[in-house]
Amino acid sequence: MKNILGREVPQGFKAFNGSSEYKKVQFNRISKKKTSDGVIMLDSYADLFDKLGITDGMTLSFHHHLRNGDYVLDEVCKEIKKRDLKNMGFAPSSIFPNYSSMVELIENGNITSISTDYANGPVAAAISNGKLKDLFVMYTHGGRPVAIESGDLRIDVAILAVPTVDKNGNGTGEIGKSACGSLGYAVSDLMYADKVVLVTDNLVDSIEEPFLDGKYVDYVLKVDAIGDPAGIVSGTTKITKDPVGLKIARLAAAALDKIGLIKDGVSMQTGAGGTSLAVASFVKKMMQERGIKGSFASGGITGYFTDMLEEGLFDELYDVQCFDLSAVQSIAKNKNHHGMSGSRYASCFDDNVVDKLDFVILGATEIDLDFNVNVTTDSHGLIMGGSGGHSDTAHGAFVTVITTNLIKSRMPIIKEKVTTVTTPGEDVDILVTERGIAVNPKRQDILDKLSKSGLPVCTIEELLEKAYEITGTPSKPVQSKEPVGVVVYRDGTVIDTIYKI
Amino acid sequence: MKIGVCGSLESNDALITVKPSEKQEIVIKSIVYDFFHEQIEQVIKDTLKEVNKENLSVLCEDKGALDYTIKSRLLTAIKRMEEK
Amino acid sequence: MRRSLLFMPGNNPAMLQNSDVFEADAVIYDLEDAVSVTEKDAARVLVANFIGARKAAFPMEIVVRINGLDTDFYAEDLNAVVSDKIDTIMLPKATLETLIELDKILTDIENKKNLTKKIGVIPIIELACSVLEIDQIAKAPRVNGILLGAEDLTSDLEVSRTKKGDEILYARQRVVMACAAYKLDSIDTPFTDTNDEDGLQTDSNFALGLGFTSKAAIHPNQVGVINSTFVPTMDKIKWALRVEQANKAALEKGLGVFSLDGKMVDKPIIERAKKILVKAKRYNLI
Repeated sequence: MKNILGREVPQGFKAFNGSSEYKKVQFNRISKKKTSDGVIMLDSYADLFDKLGITDGMTLSFHHHLRNGDYVLDEVCKEIKKRDLKNMGFAPSSIFPNYSSMVELIENGNITSISTDYANGPVAAAISNGKLKDLFVMYTHGGRPVAIESGDLRIDVAILAVPTVDKNGNGTGEIGKSACGSLGYAVSDLMYADKVVLVTDNLVDSIEEPFLDGKYVDYVLKVDAIGDPAGIVSGTTKITKDPVGLKIARLAAAALDKIGLIKDGVSMQTGAGGTSLAVASFVKKMMQERGIKGSFASGGITGYFTDMLEEGLFDELYDVQCFDLSAVQSIAKNKNHHGMSGSRYASCFDDNVVDKLDFVILGATEIDLDFNVNVTTDSHGLIMGGSGGHSDTAHGAFVTVITTNLIKSRMPIIKEKVTTVTTPGEDVDILVTERGIAVNPKRQDILDKLSKSGLPVCTIEELLEKAYEITGTPSKPVQSKEPVGVVVYRDGTVIDTIYKI
Repeated sequence: MKIGVCGSLESNDALITVKPSEKQEIVIKSIVYDFFHEQIEQVIKDTLKEVNKENLSVLCEDKGALDYTIKSRLLTAIKRMEEK
Repeated sequence: MRRSLLFMPGNNPAMLQNSDVFEADAVIYDLEDAVSVTEKDAARVLVANFIGARKAAFPMEIVVRINGLDTDFYAEDLNAVVSDKIDTIMLPKATLETLIELDKILTDIENKKNLTKKIGVIPIIELACSVLEIDQIAKAPRVNGILLGAEDLTSDLEVSRTKKGDEILYARQRVVMACAAYKLDSIDTPFTDTNDEDGLQTDSNFALGLGFTSKAAIHPNQVGVINSTFVPTMDKIKWALRVEQANKAALEKGLGVFSLDGKMVDKPIIERAKKILVKAKRYNLI
């Protein structure tokens, strides 16, 4: 079966039929998990497995707020290996390079099914090589809560690393030696998993304003360390100095200005990459010069945005994930810096934040002539990313801007067809490259404003021509027909299939 | 043994090594091999023909160089080989 | 007419590839200081092939800085790079003598290669003796602009190079004067701290105040500041537009001299207004 974009949909999955189709769907939530009558303390990971009766075939979930510093998922993997449990399901909200202990378990059939929102590193490579028994399921940050709350993704045990936990099972990420700030991606797991365990290295008597409500928590495991602070807040949160990146950022900011988006009450989101932050810095300059005050910024938050909050350039920050130490410190002390759940952030069945965005700045690994964007695989088809909030914000924001180099080491970023569709072209409005700006013909309103602006506007076909003139026309490598995974759109439908390489 | 080298393994460059050979031998290692190896090979062949040095062994270690860069590195590598 | 001239290292393919996107009025492909002695051969071939491979016209002036006439490299540099696709040769450590020599070599190559255009020359003033003979240099064949090279000049003077630049004030003023006298672009020395944007702005303002028409950049991120500095201000443009209108009206009435805002306007003022408007149009300010 093929979906509306002409992409293959494996049997047993629903086909993507347009980014607004969710509006026609009646969403039925399963009931939340049973609340517990007080928490049971655990001694060790072995004790956790024993007391919870973790056994063959169960699905365990995790969040990725400790990023490349996470110890908890690795400890769980060790325990599975020791017990040689089989056919386990893993549902971490993202997969980072340091989750490498999963690889051996995948190869040995201990882990046979995995779902996540983003995957990078050895686990992603193993899956691309066809090592996982079941099809790999890639959600979006907004779609994962939908999958959990609808019962599509059943979690037997949520094992949640939490930097500070109190005796009643309340938790927060804002304090503790492994502080990571917001715990937005843990919220659906907490409320809908069959059983919930918090793993912490900072057990306190009580927490004043907990982010995670202890009433959903069944067990607490105290360990020496849940993560390595150096790996928790890494992220690339510096403005690029690369002149090409800066040129792109300058053009993007100028385009936003010409569209009339730099105005009082503006709301925005950018990724944490250097070019995205550079766009934010040019926008910031315009806001300062003209005395403009924005309403909010959202998403994964960096020090760049906390500075703007403190300067009064925004009223509020809505933070699903802190990318750096400044963001972690800010969320703990600034009352206008709010943590939010993944569902509140981006679920199409929630009163979500992304729908209120004026604009979002996003990247692309590939973009095609239909404006479809790939951030899931490279041009060989190797999994090296995933939507995260890409397709959620692209749909929600009034204007979606993709900033990318036209060419990266001889590879034109524009393709006739992207290798994998992450975000449908209907939700992508403007492409900004160092050699010109292309506007999606669906947005005549934007085209009208930009075509008279003096900015270098052309069609996306012309940009592709420019790229080919420089690089030559790339040949198309033969792709395998053996599926290894699916890209699930935020409404639960399949937007594309990922193939073995 | 006469040998000529030019270029680097920096991004968008290519490191090209040439030496005399009985027949033409071209080895290409490239980060964009799947997409451009035919084009890279063609540039090398055309350049060898242009300077009338068709019997050479050419190793091209490519980091995403454009055609003119590959051509330039090859020409300088040949010149360096001959000046030895 | 130029505001910004951006240096690009000649042996760096990644930088060559993007050199046309930074909105510099001229890009200077450098075969001299940015290229080590062992890579001179590779750089000249790369620059020549980069320029030669381009099918569409470049959106900026193409300048190549060759190695000085006191080196073993200049002849091969010129033979490799001179073509109809380049506009200008930049000559380091220029003197009247080397400029005359360069003119001869260029004429030879132009004839040999059947060029359809005449290549221009920008001498770099970076020797004390060149500062002294600058009026001769300004009159030398092919010269269409003069660049002050403060780093080498201060080394010739054996003084420290400072951000404030007192040590090069005299040289700057000589360059401005000579260029104004012979209608050439006066190109200020680059500001070398690429991380100090405020410093670049201050230095550019100072050069503009001295009368420089342009400034060289050693990093693409410097081009924006330079381009926005070396243009007429909006106030000046508005004034020039009014002079133009008043002049038109006066001509229609057959008047040679007229007054504007109570001041007499005569030929030099009209010429000045015209120059401002030419620049303003060129850089899309009106």
